Amino acid sequence: MASVALRSVSKSFGHVPVITDVNLEIADGELVVFVGPSGCGKSTLLRLIAGLVPVGVGDVVIDDEVVTDIPASKRGIAFVFQSYALYPHMTIARNIGFALETLGLSRQEIDAKVAEVAATLKIDHLLSRRPRELSGGQRQRVAIGRALVRQPEVFLFDEPLSNLDSDLRMEMRMEIAKLHANLAATMIYVTHDQVEAMTLADRIVVLNKGCIEQIGTPQQLYHAPQNRFVAGFIGSPRMNFMSVSANSSGAECRVQGPGNLSLDVTLSGPGSPAEIGIRPEALSITTQGQGKVTGTLERLEDLGHEHLAYVRIAPDVAWSVRLPNALGKISTGTSVGLDWRLEDLFLFGKDGRRLDHSLSHERSAAANGGRV
Amino acid sequence: MSTRIKRRSAAYYRGMRRVRRVALGCVTALVLFYVLFPYYWAIVSSTKQGAELYNSVLLPALDFRHYKELFRDANFATSIFNSLCVAISTTALSLGLGTLAAYALGRLNFPERRSLLLTVLMISIFPQVVVLSGMFELIRWFGLYNRVWSLVFAYLIFTLPFTTWVLTSFIREFPRELEEAAIMDGCSHWRILTSILLPLMGPALVSTGLLAFILAWNEFLFALTFTLTEGSRTVPVAIGLLAGNSRYEYPFGPIMAASVTVTLPLIVLVLFFQRKIVAGLTAGAVKG
Repeated sequence: MASVALRSVSKSFGHVPVITDVNLEIADGELVVFVGPSGCGKSTLLRLIAGLVPVGVGDVVIDDEVVTDIPASKRGIAFVFQSYALYPHMTIARNIGFALETLGLSRQEIDAKVAEVAATLKIDHLLSRRPRELSGGQRQRVAIGRALVRQPEVFLFDEPLSNLDSDLRMEMRMEIAKLHANLAATMIYVTHDQVEAMTLADRIVVLNKGCIEQIGTPQQLYHAPQNRFVAGFIGSPRMNFMSVSANSSGAECRVQGPGNLSLDVTLSGPGSPAEIGIRPEALSITTQGQGKVTGTLERLEDLGHEHLAYVRIAPDVAWSVRLPNALGKISTGTSVGLDWRLEDLFLFGKDGRRLDHSLSHERSAAANGGRV
Repeated sequence: MSTRIKRRSAAYYRGMRRVRRVALGCVTALVLFYVLFPYYWAIVSSTKQGAELYNSVLLPALDFRHYKELFRDANFATSIFNSLCVAISTTALSLGLGTLAAYALGRLNFPERRSLLLTVLMISIFPQVVVLSGMFELIRWFGLYNRVWSLVFAYLIFTLPFTTWVLTSFIREFPRELEEAAIMDGCSHWRILTSILLPLMGPALVSTGLLAFILAWNEFLFALTFTLTEGSRTVPVAIGLLAGNSRYEYPFGPIMAASVTVTLPLIVLVLFFQRKIVAGLTAGAVKG
């Protein structure tokens, strides 16, 4: 088993920088998830670690050994591709055993290992078929089998479940979690799916435009995002934001904004808030006049297990509210108030960094208490 | 409210559909007639004797004397053998070299790639006549004059560019992840090409190979220039130089019989591979 580290890694394609000065330490046996919007460089970063894309500047270190110039197949890494990338003209057995074939193992050894892997993944009845005769879920299993058979020290997954329907996705997510628990192998997992990131990850790396925005446990990212980008990226529906103006005298600060917003907060650090953010699940709807902000109820969505309300506060500001129960007799078009607990309020400075206020520590404490 | 759309009766649309179907049939028949008539005429003429040739009866006379004579002619057998040798070697060589070049041009990144591809394309647009005299000198220097292999050497100059070009675009269409998977499995470039790409390139190889074969089989100008004696002639030249019984007789019947005979292998090949050809020619047109 092995640890993985990236030391000031940069990469550009032509004149376009894709990865800029990334530093990352992944402990042995850890499952780290890379998330970020499309085009943020998360797949490129994975390929840099794998050795499929040559590193521009910096070093890739696996198990305390610099592997920057070592070819992909010699790094003790297995890669599971988004499209599965099974060889269409080979049987499943040969697909799984192909790497061993390349290594020059004997037929019996290969057959034994393939059979063993196929049994653990419950695909032993498919070994003589070809990839096109398999369903998406089965192909996914074969792709994982192909990674497993080489007994790698590090597994890399590139959006492995994005081609599956939601039922299968959940099932395979469980499988991967189980796999990680059983093998205790180091895994790096790229996804754009929040649920996968939150449920699988020991730590999440949020990437944006080739830079790391924040590294932390799922709870840290959710409860204590370092900046507006992470706050907006983690959580679904996404966090509500609103531009505000602030008058501060020392640490005391009065925040004012649309919807008759006027709040007094005590900042516990330097900076002046330019934007506030509140998660949809932290909001509650009250009658007009009460609450901290007023707006017009625009739309209600009944999802069965929860309800979503959209409240327009200003022409360009609409907040979503997540409610466990139906709203009752309030109909769309009426004025409502929105309320929240002060510790659920996020403040962001002009540069997007989150500013601490006197009550935000309670939330951070909750984040760190939830996970070691 | 939707805007009013003028609609006619169902019978009208039914009628229009029938008219369209009939019109399509007529046009298809016309095109088929235009394409197939010359070949049909060659078959008809090849079974006619002497003066019969000069009345334009459309039905074949079913007299196969010309064919029998043809197969008794040893020179014709030699030229067929020569043609087969030339066409098969040309095809094999251009597919082999073309695949290697295509892999490099389609997959590996090196700075001269674009200019190299353009050069390849440039070569294939020169008319044969332009290359002819230069090629003649080359062939003399290599001591290949009046040998069958001179033609293989000469034909590569126009088969290789297009095989390379077609195979390059085919390889480019290959999913990148498939190749990355092979790299992760420890494959060298050579193994990627032979174990992963080649088995999947069947349709492209068949269709480009067939085109190369047909070009080499039918080529006349080079074959006429670079060969001298009957023993090294290919079929098109042999047919072109067929002589009549006297210098006043143009051997139209035997020529037609020979032409029909040498076209048959091509037709058989095309029919045999037709499915793969379609797959190969449309590859890259639609993502699948």
